[in-house]
Amino acid sequence: MSYAFLFISALTVAGGLAAVALKNTVHCALALTVAFAGLALLFLDLGAQFAGFAQILVYIGAVAILVVFAILLTRGSETPKDGVYSKHWPAGLVIAAAVFAVLGWSILQSISKLPQAAQTPTVTVAQIGQALMTRYVLPLELIAILLTAALIGAVIVAMHENGRHENDRHEKEEVK
Amino acid sequence: MTPLAGYLLVAALIFSIGLAGALTRRNAILVLIGIELMLNAANLNLIAFWRYGPHPEALTGMMFAIFSIAVAAAEAAVGLGLVIQVHRHAHSTDLDAMNRMKG
Repeated sequence: MSYAFLFISALTVAGGLAAVALKNTVHCALALTVAFAGLALLFLDLGAQFAGFAQILVYIGAVAILVVFAILLTRGSETPKDGVYSKHWPAGLVIAAAVFAVLGWSILQSISKLPQAAQTPTVTVAQIGQALMTRYVLPLELIAILLTAALIGAVIVAMHENGRHENDRHEKEEVK
Repeated sequence: MTPLAGYLLVAALIFSIGLAGALTRRNAILVLIGIELMLNAANLNLIAFWRYGPHPEALTGMMFAIFSIAVAAAEAAVGLGLVIQVHRHAHSTDLDAMNRMKG
């Protein structure tokens, strides 16, 4: 258990806690970025360079920016007057604590059966590319189809329907 | 304690934090943030088992994590698109106020 691991995991957990607990949603998105960066550092600490840099590119570079855009587009940074937590928040907290208790208990129970420290595997990007083009070529193609479908689907879902928008505007003007 | 157990405990903690966020927040975007955290905790588990497993040279866990990152990106794009559309329709992202599916 190295100091680097302890420091990075403390940073990640603190970022995650802030991301779900802060009141201002923009601050939540920034804390989420810290949590993602901590996870990328944990990946690098585990010797998975490619996954770590993919994590930085995809999560910090794309998902966090997307979340900030969504918050700003929905004016989510304004704190609602009846609080940021749902009506049933104690139940949610109890469920999450129970899940953590079960997971932690099972990990601590199986500690003696977990594999001991092995030497760090050396994986080059060339090896990953070769594996993607040979053994994992079908999942790669499926992911390509999924990403294309998700891209088109997201644009269609979020697209302005021009006709209806015009109708809405007319209705609002009539109300005025 | 073995290093693997430390990584698994951190992943379990992040998963529970994400679950708590998804279950307790009102704002739909914050619920999506919680889900993203849960997905990331699962990825950390996959990478940790890949690193300490018997055959790291087979790359199975790492490949699974990379594909999982791609799926999570697609999920975030569609989820946030849905949130924006719901906000346009209902002028709110409060999940407690969304109690009907009719337009």
